[in-house]
Amino acid sequence: MTAQGLNGKGCSAGADDSPSLHGLPRSLFRKRLDVVILFILSSASLIALGLIFFFILREAFPFFRRVPLVELFSRTWLPTLEPPRFGALPMILGSATVTAGALIVSVPIGLAAAAFIAEVAPGITKDVFKSAIEILASIPSVVYGFFGLAVLAPFLQSTLSLPTGRTALTGAVILAVMALPTIASLAEDALTAVPASYREASLAVGATRWQTIWRVTVPAASSGLLGAVILGMGRAMGETMAVLMVTGNSPQLTASLLKPVRTLTAGIALEMAETPFGSLHYHALFSLGALLLLITLGMNWSAEWFRGRLVRRHRR
Amino acid sequence: MTERRRRRITQAIAFCLLGSAGLSVLLTLAIILYFMTAQGSRAVSWEFLTEFPRKGMTEGGIYPAIVGSFCLATGAIVISFPLAVSSAIWLSEYARGSLWVRVIRVGVNTLAGVPSIVFGLLGLAFFVGVLKLGVSVLAGALTLALLILPIIIRASEEALRAVPTSFREGALALGATQWQTVRTIVLPAALPGILTGAILGVSRAVGETAPIMFTAAAFYMARLPRSPFDKVMALPYHVFVMATENPNYWRTKDLQFGTTLVLLALVLSLNLGVVVWRTGLRRRKRW
Repeated sequence: MTAQGLNGKGCSAGADDSPSLHGLPRSLFRKRLDVVILFILSSASLIALGLIFFFILREAFPFFRRVPLVELFSRTWLPTLEPPRFGALPMILGSATVTAGALIVSVPIGLAAAAFIAEVAPGITKDVFKSAIEILASIPSVVYGFFGLAVLAPFLQSTLSLPTGRTALTGAVILAVMALPTIASLAEDALTAVPASYREASLAVGATRWQTIWRVTVPAASSGLLGAVILGMGRAMGETMAVLMVTGNSPQLTASLLKPVRTLTAGIALEMAETPFGSLHYHALFSLGALLLLITLGMNWSAEWFRGRLVRRHRR
Repeated sequence: MTERRRRRITQAIAFCLLGSAGLSVLLTLAIILYFMTAQGSRAVSWEFLTEFPRKGMTEGGIYPAIVGSFCLATGAIVISFPLAVSSAIWLSEYARGSLWVRVIRVGVNTLAGVPSIVFGLLGLAFFVGVLKLGVSVLAGALTLALLILPIIIRASEEALRAVPTSFREGALALGATQWQTVRTIVLPAALPGILTGAILGVSRAVGETAPIMFTAAAFYMARLPRSPFDKVMALPYHVFVMATENPNYWRTKDLQFGTTLVLLALVLSLNLGVVVWRTGLRRRKRW
């Protein structure tokens, strides 16, 4: 994350590719074998990305050829019935509900924690909080899922006296905890990227530290903060194991947070195991994957754009 | 009340709110760790770590899942590490600031944002289907390798960039070629940072479930994998099936907590190791 900030600094040695540096003339290929090999290997991530797009779309294509696109946005998901119904609206809304619920909790707490770490906390406290966030981010999603299933769901079931503890609410709470480190650490990066001169100017004209944070630093960092929130949203939307284990997975259309829901990710994970390779149902699940990929990448790209805007705006 | 006093009080209240948000993060972490350790430590014993599951996975240990996770993570890092380090060297040493670098960087960031279940779909369609590897250690390791690629690239690139330009200039001034400079000066100086990135990659590969669900993981195996083309049990998948799909799930609460604790301890010790090592590195940096 900080690598971006170093961009453009001290690039004299690496970027220089002039042949005069290397003295005696040799065959171009032998001389620059390192360049050729590194160039090829460095495209690994682009190739990986290409494979993802190609194969998800290739496996989704047979579905779109046999079933009209609007069917995907209808209300009934009964893929094994004859004739099958492929209405993914309950899952799309399920993902949206759980993600929105998670953000309601994690955005205020994440941003406030980021402001505390970046602007208020003194030296060692700051390190403790930053490490805690890093550790929270590193806990595997299946552990969060198990915690939700074994601890949180029974707790919510008995406190709210629900028929089942596996509800959209349980998923939202677990996702909130999972999105929290993303939002907090990226928001902290954004606040830190605001030049110190802004704060100094504000303090010099007599503002308190809080007024400086609220009226100067936060507005100056706003696009980076927005980027952090959107990335947290993308993370929550794409999360699979935790929601699969705690939301109950009922593909019913519901607006209630206290009922079981099924998300896009959980739908794919749950049904792929029971589907014959190459069936229409199999291709339908890949089309859900394509939809999920589209949504999360849209979020990620816009988040990167907002985060980049912060850096561009304050650079001199 | 004077204006000045009012502003002071507002600030105190605001800082308390910010501080409590920070504390709630610590508290959440503490709650999760408490429940997992308190309940999980009851099941964990030497036998639990070294025995096969017995009686329809209602008794016994998790040895094959530990071995399986080890195989998957090792495979993933062996495939991913050379690719990631080469990418990082290219990005930071050879082509800084060019258009191609920007393209690769967008690619890396995009790859990092792809949901893990989509990696699982790719693995199923490409490695299992097209390459005909079947549901196997190899297919799972390849899928995980792609998933951890961005993590190692970013960490390695950051480590390489942290090496001062004067190091490179010194080497080039002595007549070293660019590759000699990278190999003998820049890489050794950046190696600790690169290795912390690799450890983070391993810890991610150990904990991921969705990418191996359709590509490598088995519900139950009576023996250890004998070749890269065997299915394996894996710790995170074992947690998942024990808690949801095993028909006897309500009888095995202790085993479930135990398995989760082992997984959590493994991942957290890798990450804590990185945090401690990194702080140590910063303190005794020679430049």
